[in-house]
Amino acid sequence: MAKDDLIGGSIWEEYSQKVQDLMNSPQNMGEITDEEAKAQGGKLIVADFGAESCGDAVRLYWVVDEETDIIKNAKFKSFGCGTAIASSDTMAELCLGKTVDQAVKITNIDVEFAMRDNPDIPAVPPQKMHCSVMAYDVIKAAAASYKGVDAESFEDEIIVCECARVSLGTIKEVIKINDLKSIEEITNYTKAGAFCKSCQNPGGHEEKEYYLVDILKDTRAEMEQEKMSALADAKIAGTESEMAFDDYTMVQKLKSVEAAIDKDIRPMLVMDGGNLEILDIKDTDDGMTDIYIRYLGACSGCASSSTGTLFAIESVLRETCSPKIRVLPI
Amino acid sequence: MRVYLDNNATTIVDPNVFAEMEPYFVQSYGNPNSLHQFGSESHPALRKAMDQLYKGLNASDNDDIVVTSCATESNNWVLKSIYYDHILNGEKDHIITSEVEHPAIISTCKFLEKLGVNVTYLPVNEKGIIETSTLKDAITDKTALVSIMWANNETGMLFPMKEISQICRENGILFHSDAVQAVGKIPVDVQELDIDFLSFSAHKFHGPKGVGGLYIKNSQALSPFFHGGEHMGGRRSGTLNVPGIVGMGKAMELAVENLDFEKNNVRRLRDKLEDAILKIDDVFVVGTREERTPNTILVSVKGIEGEAMLWDLNKSGIAASTGSACASEDLESNPVMEAIGAEADLAHTALRLSLSRFTTEEEVDYAVLALRKAVIRLRSISSTFAHTPDWHESKL
Ligand SMILES: Cc1ncc(COP(=O)(O)O)c(C=O)c1O
Repeated sequence: MAKDDLIGGSIWEEYSQKVQDLMNSPQNMGEITDEEAKAQGGKLIVADFGAESCGDAVRLYWVVDEETDIIKNAKFKSFGCGTAIASSDTMAELCLGKTVDQAVKITNIDVEFAMRDNPDIPAVPPQKMHCSVMAYDVIKAAAASYKGVDAESFEDEIIVCECARVSLGTIKEVIKINDLKSIEEITNYTKAGAFCKSCQNPGGHEEKEYYLVDILKDTRAEMEQEKMSALADAKIAGTESEMAFDDYTMVQKLKSVEAAIDKDIRPMLVMDGGNLEILDIKDTDDGMTDIYIRYLGACSGCASSSTGTLFAIESVLRETCSPKIRVLPI
Repeated sequence: MRVYLDNNATTIVDPNVFAEMEPYFVQSYGNPNSLHQFGSESHPALRKAMDQLYKGLNASDNDDIVVTSCATESNNWVLKSIYYDHILNGEKDHIITSEVEHPAIISTCKFLEKLGVNVTYLPVNEKGIIETSTLKDAITDKTALVSIMWANNETGMLFPMKEISQICRENGILFHSDAVQAVGKIPVDVQELDIDFLSFSAHKFHGPKGVGGLYIKNSQALSPFFHGGEHMGGRRSGTLNVPGIVGMGKAMELAVENLDFEKNNVRRLRDKLEDAILKIDDVFVVGTREERTPNTILVSVKGIEGEAMLWDLNKSGIAASTGSACASEDLESNPVMEAIGAEADLAHTALRLSLSRFTTEEEVDYAVLALRKAVIRLRSISSTFAHTPDWHESKL
């Protein structure tokens, strides 16, 4: 743990000078009236996003030239913390002179980047990243209002982590390709969940449609499913042995051992009036798979059952299933 | 001008307390348990400090006041040792607390829940305190402990201690109170109030940080939280924090001497500040003045997010606090505001101002000006506060 975490640093120390300056005197704060918009030769667009009860709310005013779609003026008002005010201000600044289509491409990451003093040092601490997300959402709302469409239509993929703008598709793909097993790993690979953490689990700062815990669980289940069907396909194709015994589930291991016994061992025992049953199968800490068996019929009293026969059974199973098998008669 | 209005977070060490502590750093620094002059020369001061603590809380000689490192430790000790002593053995399975306790209680209870303890978090009413009827309903024959704070750190609201104590007694249930925000602000008398355990912390009443205490009625059994050498009679091991104990004793003495000052003078300044705040449009203060500790105001200022308010106040040199979303690491809105069911819109607009006996009239007057300035500026930025252009002229 970083020493600063142990002391518990103040988030204010992590604000860039730009954020502090904009917080103290925002440049594009204000309202635009219909008359003003007309005088400036454009159409007035007013869009709201967020609510006081969520802790953040912003209103964006645009004057848009209807001939060229260019945003000639932009102002904001904001209920929110310092970061929210500074981000809204920067967002309004970034809209100026752009066409509506260009403006829709501005993301919270662009806004945050524009507020950096040093391109390598974030403008705000991680937990404040979400305060810049609104800036992006309100632009979409304004563009939707200008074009008379639904704001959702600008989003072509499902965004799970809004702070880092990571999509559902990316997260699933990264889990599958890298065989990720924990949320920390997902965060390390994609940055999703690194900032306000709302998307990690339910119960965070914001309610979400998708949470990393669920995505991880579902994707792992999908992977398991895919593995099973691959195994089934391999069986049909007769290339089963390419799948390592070690990766089998317990049931798969049992089935494979049963199959080998049925094929190569049982007929041999039955010839002598004996048989065997599998009692249990266990993976051990030393990496072996122990198979507990009980001899039946003639075998149960046979002298070689704990020597020669056992040796034969074990070598057949080691040959056909896995070299790590140990057979233990009970 | 710098004005400190965050005394519920911590307080200035009274210079008289500091003076009392000073000799125990570089002169009489011996370990009081050692058999030599260096060690034994701290004994008179320790004895005096213990007398001051007992007197301050009006504890009897049969009771224990064990010095700990802070109220967080005292709270953890009670809750976890009740678990070890009464729940782990299957005798009981239940603890009752409230949903507006300090994290030192809430987080500990959450931890105990993971170990299988049933915990009831009593809801609070619109004033931010529990209704005793809910306590009665929550009690079962497996309830081991009721732990309810004396005064809330956010709102200053005082809980109905007498009634809670009585209900616990009638049901034969142990009763603990986190009295951190009460000690030094209002009389806390452990004989007048029948209570088993009570936590307090020196830095909330002008003593040093890192020292607190747990009152234990009739020296009753409670497994130690810190095992080790036989310090504090074996109840809490660790070499005695001599300057800390001396400082806490003196701070307690001064705090109790100043209770009338607290009730009259601090209260008067608090009320003055509150009157000025209430002149602002669309503000809302939790609880009536009589129901609160004399130093605290929790106000919601419509249209202004808490951290933004702190930012502007800080620029003017005013130290205040908020539990609101953006100001704290965990991004949650003020839990007390949520618990008291204030309009959801207000949950992010909470501002806490807390005075002390060191707060002056000039400071309060200055704070009023700074607060107005912040309100005017931030409401002009706010998208959720619609006002007529001249509202501040007519209202401020
Ligand atoms: C009600 C309450 N309980 C407990 C504590 C914790 O006190 P300490 O920091 O001394 O452990 C505080 C202080 O913030 C408090 O206000």
